[in-house]
Amino acid sequence: MPENLIARLIGCVASTQHIAAEGIRAESTFEELGIDSLDGINILFALENEFKIQIPDNAAQHAKTIGDLAEGVRALILAQHPGSGTEAGNGASA
Amino acid sequence: MRRVAVTGLGVVSGAGTGRERFWDALCAGRSGIRPMEIVDRSQFRFSQGAEVQGYDPLTYFDAKTADLLDRFAQFAVVSMREAVADAGLDWSLVNKARTAVVTGCCVGGQSTEDTGFVDLYIKQAGRVHPMTIPRVMANAGASRISVETGITGPVYTVSTACSSSSHAIGQAFHMVRHGVVEMALAGGSEAVFSTGFLKAWEALRVVSPDTCRPFSRDRKGMILGEGGAMLILEPLEAALARGAKVYAEIVGFGMTSDAHHITQPSTEGPASAMRQAMEDGGVTPEAVGYINAHGTGTAANDAVETRAIRQVFGAHADRLVVSSTKSMHGHALGAAGALEATATVLALQSGILPPTANYNEPDPECDLDVAPNQARRQRVRYALSNSFAFGGLNAVLAFRAKD
Repeated sequence: MPENLIARLIGCVASTQHIAAEGIRAESTFEELGIDSLDGINILFALENEFKIQIPDNAAQHAKTIGDLAEGVRALILAQHPGSGTEAGNGASA
Repeated sequence: MRRVAVTGLGVVSGAGTGRERFWDALCAGRSGIRPMEIVDRSQFRFSQGAEVQGYDPLTYFDAKTADLLDRFAQFAVVSMREAVADAGLDWSLVNKARTAVVTGCCVGGQSTEDTGFVDLYIKQAGRVHPMTIPRVMANAGASRISVETGITGPVYTVSTACSSSSHAIGQAFHMVRHGVVEMALAGGSEAVFSTGFLKAWEALRVVSPDTCRPFSRDRKGMILGEGGAMLILEPLEAALARGAKVYAEIVGFGMTSDAHHITQPSTEGPASAMRQAMEDGGVTPEAVGYINAHGTGTAANDAVETRAIRQVFGAHADRLVVSSTKSMHGHALGAAGALEATATVLALQSGILPPTANYNEPDPECDLDVAPNQARRQRVRYALSNSFAFGGLNAVLAFRAKD
């Protein structure tokens, strides 16, 4: 998993949840981070912005950790931006 | 039937935030109407509004909670907290399952909606923020109050345009009086300063290009305001038993509809609502000393309201003081009734009747004693608070000074 992708994803989680990025790791579960279903919807919105991807409604249903989310995001980047590798969506947050 | 006391008040308004600042401003005749700063006022034919000054959500909410709540819902919560503290409520002694929250709100989270539409139609984002629905819904303030306090009794929001929070307080009053609940947190909130919504008001041609001058011959229309106010209502006996401070009693509630026109006021509907409020409270017209008028400052409302008051009170109309505090806190739509009920309660408690500010010259069509520009030191036993909404929906509350 590219570190850059994880770092950007953690940045999205930190800013939507108003928590420090330093406290979030790939292994962190949403439960540990106090993220409920409504928070999850906010995070998906931020990830769509950050990575210029579209996340289908039920795509994140089974994700339990930050790492699970990152796997899903990477797959969506590869599917929706073929050829751009996992660096796709760079700068999308601007 | 139980007697019902008002034991706590909380206010957020353009005339001042906190009931003391609000009341000081009203007694001094100090208007909170100023050039609008929340929106680009150069885009409008009017430039004044009664905006809540220096409001920072992070003073009252953590960042994540603030993200969830539109400004209007925040005003409901902030005013509720002040009212609860003022009433000295000990939550461990309150039966939360038999406590109600009833709020009034006309239009919900307009600025959230505006932002979403800018994203959608201007920025072509193809989507809006996922918190749009929870922020926009008119019951967001009531729901947040329920979550924050743990109140599990009846919680709902009434939307009857400019009468919303008078209907809310009236319904809450009836629930407490008839034993449906043991306590109620009632009032309302509104946040009107978003470009799209103000443009809609501009199109109606009822907003004044200068300020709000109710009952004055040179009045040119209403001025919009924002804010929130909440009242704590409980049985008088229970309030006295727990040693609570009692501001006043709420004794009557009248509601009628004009069945006439979507915007034009009628004389009959407001008159019958005033009669009903007095009848509901066992109040004779001659016992009433003060009316906090709907008094929007439009040509039509103020003249029609004057006629309605004359029709109901006859010769006694000339012994009433009738003032419009909208001249100071603006017309806060769904919050208006709650702000004005608060002013009415404070008038009964303090023996000071707030003035009609910005008043210039008498209008033969509005020939009542409107306490022009100067508060009146006068004890009255009974007072009414009038709210008459677009759509012809009228709500009048009757209050009695503490024995």
